[in-house]
Amino acid sequence: MPESASILEVHNLVKQYPSVTAVDGVSFAVPEGTCFGLLGPNGAGKTTTIEIMEGILPPTSGEVRYRGEPVGARFREEAGILFQKTALQDFLSVRQSVALFRGLYERGLDVDEVLRLCALEKLASRDNRKLSGGQQQRLLLAIALVNDPKVLFLDEPTTGLDPQARRNFWELVESIKARRKTIILTTHYMEEAQLLCDEIVIMDRGHIIAQGAPQRLLNEHFAEVLLELPRHEFPDVARKLPLKLIDASDRVEISTHDLDSTLRALIEAHVPLRNLRIRPANLEDLFLDLTGKELRA
Amino acid sequence: MMKRLLAVWHARNLEFLRDRPTLLFTLLLPLGLVVSMGFIFGGPPRPLFTVGVLGSRVDAHANPFLHERYVRFVPVHDETAGLDRVTHQRIDLLLDLAGTVRYWVNTDSPKGYIVEKLLIASDPGARRQPVTGQAVRYVDWLFPGILAMNMMFSCLFGVGYVVLRYRKSGFLKRLHATPLSAFEFLTAQVLSRLSLIVFVTILLYVLIAAIIHFHSAGSIALLLLLAVIGSLSMIALGLTIAARFASEELVGGLLNLLTWPMMLLSGVWFSIEGSPRWVQWVAAIFPLTQVTDAARAVMLDGAGIRRIIPNLIYLAVTTLVFLAFGAWSFRWRVD
Repeated sequence: MPESASILEVHNLVKQYPSVTAVDGVSFAVPEGTCFGLLGPNGAGKTTTIEIMEGILPPTSGEVRYRGEPVGARFREEAGILFQKTALQDFLSVRQSVALFRGLYERGLDVDEVLRLCALEKLASRDNRKLSGGQQQRLLLAIALVNDPKVLFLDEPTTGLDPQARRNFWELVESIKARRKTIILTTHYMEEAQLLCDEIVIMDRGHIIAQGAPQRLLNEHFAEVLLELPRHEFPDVARKLPLKLIDASDRVEISTHDLDSTLRALIEAHVPLRNLRIRPANLEDLFLDLTGKELRA
Repeated sequence: MMKRLLAVWHARNLEFLRDRPTLLFTLLLPLGLVVSMGFIFGGPPRPLFTVGVLGSRVDAHANPFLHERYVRFVPVHDETAGLDRVTHQRIDLLLDLAGTVRYWVNTDSPKGYIVEKLLIASDPGARRQPVTGQAVRYVDWLFPGILAMNMMFSCLFGVGYVVLRYRKSGFLKRLHATPLSAFEFLTAQVLSRLSLIVFVTILLYVLIAAIIHFHSAGSIALLLLLAVIGSLSMIALGLTIAARFASEELVGGLLNLLTWPMMLLSGVWFSIEGSPRWVQWVAAIFPLTQVTDAARAVMLDGAGIRRIIPNLIYLAVTTLVFLAFGAWSFRWRVD
């Protein structure tokens, strides 16, 4: 844990539904001023965890503390939230939607300032139902920022956005990070977490399976580089080679300390190398390594 | 709190006013109803005189007058109710055949005048007991009920479905993540709906009164007070229904379950005076009955606040009960 004080602490959180335990004994602390990532595949328990933290869902057991106190009125005044799915009131313009939420808080930013911050000035008078996916997400972010929150929750904010819109959204989040806000982000895009998060928790089936700074986690798990080959070009005979193989859906990954001898062995086994890619390990690999399954599967 | 309440109130008003089809429907439905009912029932009167005969049934041999053509004879159980009907010219003459033949006739009524001549021609000994009072046309009698019924639909369906839609879409969940409380949210919904309904009701009153040449016998201010308290009660009832459910089918079914009996039993279309006692008890529970009865008393009989205060108290108490229950059982999200 970094030395800065925790703004949010999660103690032994459990959430049981009649047929499933969605979150099973999760504990972590979020240092103030950092971007904290909750990662995991669909159904890992990320959204349940974040909604309990937001005070939207009651936990079966365990507790969440905001600045050392149970989540209450102060938290609601100081938190900004972007849910995975949010519908807004019909027939309101972008500006009116933001103004509605501004009216619900004692303190906050000027509506125009929030619109500028989220690059929505030109869309201010447009009906909120007539926005593209990326614009819609920016509006929801604007609403989450309207009370100038100390802590911002973003639940899979870029799911369903095209690459361009996703990159724009990341830039926005970077600019919010620069304002020293604490951000709690759930995502199943590893690239997003690697780019934005200072610290991450990886969840699978309601449990935390890894926790720490992204680069530190990668260094701990991968001293190697990764070689990627298309699966259909990887002959079965090569599977008998003494290599560390990871099977992904469309490709075979070979993790190695010694690139030279691995390449030599592949050539000798007549493995076609024209589509070979060599790259450093990323969080995606880490997840695959930890769980034996792909994140987006 | 006031600021938050105003923010939600304002946004809700905008949403309602911009939802053109719903707005139009709210205005046109009751207008169309009154005009068509007036057309069907108003028109030239049926070619019959109606004479009430005191007693449980009409015995055609009791008096030669009972053989008159073009006169319909209906039994009237109770003298007070009968006199009321003569006063309002819903019957043209009331006859008491027990002992000396007595009759009551409205001296202001042209039909009463003619039917009286017929009676005296066949039974010159009949003794006259005069009554006076302006005629109440069916359309006038219908008018307060139509206004009240429009209010009921707008309150129950408007509020019920809106809250349900907010819950299903996740908008309520998003509001829950802010400092807004359930009570503030519900109160804003009530006030938004209330202001719109009172406005629409005033508009309808003015328009319909102009079309059918209606003049209220009682105080307009009192009617306004009744409209406000009546709307509050029915909005609160709608919120109670929508407080926790997330299924359109269920809420729609519950709302229909409430509105249909109210529409039929509250005496909007026809008087339930002659119905069995238990039906009248059930009807008295409905806010719509209370509003319709009080509105008729004020508009047709010129009743003052003292006569309708029990209705107003009943509506105010039910408002509080419904709102408290609604806030208690309120759910922000779909479980």
